[in-house]
Amino acid sequence: MPVHVHVNVNQSDQHHDVEPRLLLVHYLRDVCGLTGTHVGCETSLCGSCTVLVDGKAVKSCTMFAVQADGSAVTTVEGLAKDGQLHPVQQGFWECHGLQCGFCTPGMMMASVALLAQTAKPSREQITEGLRGNLCRCTGYSHIIDAVNHAAAHGGVRLQPDSAQGVARG
Amino acid sequence: MADANTTPYVGRAMKRIEDPRLITGAGTYTDDLRLSGMVHAAILRSPHAHARIKKIDTAAARAIPGVVAVLTGADVNASCGFVPCAASMPDLKAPKHTVLAGDRVYFVGHAVAVAIASDPYVARDAIDAIDVDYDPLPVVANAEDAVKSGSPLTHPDLGTNVAYTHNVSGGGNIDEAFRKADRIVKHRLYHQRLTPMPIEPRGVVASYHAGEGALTLWTSTQIPHLIRTLLPGMIGVPENKMRIVAPEVGGGFGAKLNVYAEEALISHLAMRLHTPVKWIESRRDNASATIHGRDQIGEYEVAVKNDGTILGLKSKTIADLGSYLQLLTPAVPTLTGLVLTGCYKIPAVKMEIVGVYTHKMATDAYRGAGRPEATYLIERLMDVIAQELKIDRLELRLKHFPAPGDFPFPTSCGLVYDSGNYAAALTKAKQLANWDQLLKDRAAARAAGKLSGIGVSTYVEICAMGPSKAMPAGGWEWGCVRMEISAKVTVITGVSPHGQGQETTFAQIVADRIGVPIEDVVVMHGDTAVAHYGRDTYGSRGTAVGGTAIVMCIDKILTKAKILAAHLFETTVDHVVFEKGTFTSPGVTNRVITWPELAGEFYVAKNLPADLEPGLEASSFFEPQNFTFPFGTHIAVVDVDRDTGQVTITKYVAVDDCGPQINPLIVEGQVQGGIAHSIGQVLFEQTIYDEDGQLVTGEFMDYAIPRAHDIPDYILGSTVTPSPVNPLGVKGVGEAGTIGATPAIANAVMDALEPLGITHMNLPLTPEKVWQAIKSKN
Repeated sequence: MPVHVHVNVNQSDQHHDVEPRLLLVHYLRDVCGLTGTHVGCETSLCGSCTVLVDGKAVKSCTMFAVQADGSAVTTVEGLAKDGQLHPVQQGFWECHGLQCGFCTPGMMMASVALLAQTAKPSREQITEGLRGNLCRCTGYSHIIDAVNHAAAHGGVRLQPDSAQGVARG
Repeated sequence: MADANTTPYVGRAMKRIEDPRLITGAGTYTDDLRLSGMVHAAILRSPHAHARIKKIDTAAARAIPGVVAVLTGADVNASCGFVPCAASMPDLKAPKHTVLAGDRVYFVGHAVAVAIASDPYVARDAIDAIDVDYDPLPVVANAEDAVKSGSPLTHPDLGTNVAYTHNVSGGGNIDEAFRKADRIVKHRLYHQRLTPMPIEPRGVVASYHAGEGALTLWTSTQIPHLIRTLLPGMIGVPENKMRIVAPEVGGGFGAKLNVYAEEALISHLAMRLHTPVKWIESRRDNASATIHGRDQIGEYEVAVKNDGTILGLKSKTIADLGSYLQLLTPAVPTLTGLVLTGCYKIPAVKMEIVGVYTHKMATDAYRGAGRPEATYLIERLMDVIAQELKIDRLELRLKHFPAPGDFPFPTSCGLVYDSGNYAAALTKAKQLANWDQLLKDRAAARAAGKLSGIGVSTYVEICAMGPSKAMPAGGWEWGCVRMEISAKVTVITGVSPHGQGQETTFAQIVADRIGVPIEDVVVMHGDTAVAHYGRDTYGSRGTAVGGTAIVMCIDKILTKAKILAAHLFETTVDHVVFEKGTFTSPGVTNRVITWPELAGEFYVAKNLPADLEPGLEASSFFEPQNFTFPFGTHIAVVDVDRDTGQVTITKYVAVDDCGPQINPLIVEGQVQGGIAHSIGQVLFEQTIYDEDGQLVTGEFMDYAIPRAHDIPDYILGSTVTPSPVNPLGVKGVGEAGTIGATPAIANAVMDALEPLGITHMNLPLTPEKVWQAIKSKN
């Protein structure tokens, strides 16, 4: 039986009836139409599906949509504001932190969460913070550069309100 | 007019034009496509390595609400042809490769049935409900066992497990070389099986337009054009009614340089069911049913004089092909034979390659394809020879380098290396690494009881594939450049980049040569309705071959533009000067013509010379006369923990020469990415099948690819030796890291273990394996 969910996605309230077994990543991609979040393994190992749920980096392939009921979710589509790239996006662009771009949304969301916790991370803190995200193209060096670039350019900024759940009425 | 402050674009570390869509989540990968009426396919795969299929019962699956169809090999194989192998070898024994299994399965992951449903979850429910009755049969999962008499046969109807035997011999008399030798150095090396693991698995969406009899296939591939060449023979849609689109492709590394069963199967289903069909591969399917790489076992013998002079090299290699031939499966091991002598003068070579079937997934081209194997073996051998003869390993290498004046350098393997200065790259790498200090540090570490090692690799590889005479289906490349009426420039390339950045590098080349701002250049690719012809992206060919086709187009455009400019100046072409996007005629007129004016004249076409066609567009096919041969020196420094066997890379220096660099930032990214693949290969990656042919490494949990914390800081440098093979002088860099780095890191670990008397270990050098080796010497 479908279950009603109310999720704030990129600061837009979403109401849908979904199957309980629907994964959050498929809810975002197929129900909300936000295909920037990718599926690379379905086993929470590659991190391509990483989104922020109430401000925390979460692998959306191993969470059900119904578990996100009442939460605020930020996806890659929610990072830029008013045509201005988020510092993490800018860092990945400036430092060639992506090649094929498939792991990039998840990698950037993990980076946003990392910088929210540690404004000026060391190299070890960056590699530890991105431990759950795989990239097969870049060899990570430029990704580390990208996170450093973001840290030096205000990357600590989380999106406003993204750390709060939806208002229940 | 181009901004003088921003040109030339070539040579600048520019950020990429393709990135904004990718960093905002706006790129369209295959799984992002949503077509009206689209249904979803899921594929049931064999859990057995070899079995007879006694019965397939699909009734329960078909009864699930939402299931459109459940089909087996008996239903579809007659309509889908055979999965093609483009590499022809003399006396090749090849099994018929249907898209779904017939009455037998030959590897774990072999596709057995397909379920199509309105929803992907329901399609998966359906394959779970299919009941297959298997009768397991004897399995051979090891290539060396497969060539022994009495071995189970992979395909009993072939009567043998040997697919082919390929001999390479060249240079002087090999027997004489071995007779004259003071010593024969012998070594056995295993190049373990690897899984390419692009982060995006494969995926296919097919849509058939019955009225036109036309098919559109979106597929996560490196080779849309080769698929358009080969798929018509499988499903009966003619080439000129077939459009293949490679949308954003999430990594390839050779895994997507293939024509796969699913591309024909899903196309057929779209035609059969009269509705678009999508299939997206799971990670487990990617690990079991997308090609693997390497898997060669070699016995090598080198004839040497006591002063280190190498007289000849002999090898016998067994290549594990898996159970079927994919597009280039039998050809990959032969590439090893082509570059067996590395960057050394070795006067005589002889190599025998035996391609063997086993009950495993097919091997095929994985990043480097044959050259990493050759480089690893020759670079290991150089260290082994130096160690046995107690001579300096760098001196041994230098002694055998061809000098810069020896190029073009013919090798004993039958190639002609285009250009090179191997000693310069080695010298620069030594400088960057602070070599003398490294030796002192190692001595100090060893004195303190630590296991510290330095590894070197001086490599050469084969890029810019390639001359058509050496390629299975044409090695040329096509391009088209069009100046629009607005003076914007549209560039269409037949290569199919999927991360290599040619939307940027080609725009850099075009903007400089035509003299327009780079913002006015758009590079299109990957859709055969737009890029009509091409041979796609693999073998580090994109810029060297595809970029040259673009340069040829530009030359044609400029020639034509000068004719019209001369007409407008009322002079002759030899009085027209073109510079930075403007046409002038000094001494004839003070008039200056810019592109917007000239482009307008070309398309309004009211004032053209009588014999000049309207429009300003040119296309070209570039046929390279040779491969290119990038080279370099990599130096790795490692510490090995005596107590845990853990290897830590403490310093890494790479000097790569790929010719002139269009965009150094992109070159750096390619090198770093390539080295990461090598770190994986040396330290932890290995595709493992057990003796029953069960795949043990079917997920990222079991198949360990490098993570960020596995990566050292690099010191990267370059030398620049232009190639004479193309007008850009570029050589290619997509695979260099993977080719150069594996032996450097492996040699460093072996150097660290050398004081313990450990002379050889097979890759990967996992902590457990290293610890066991250390323990065995205590």
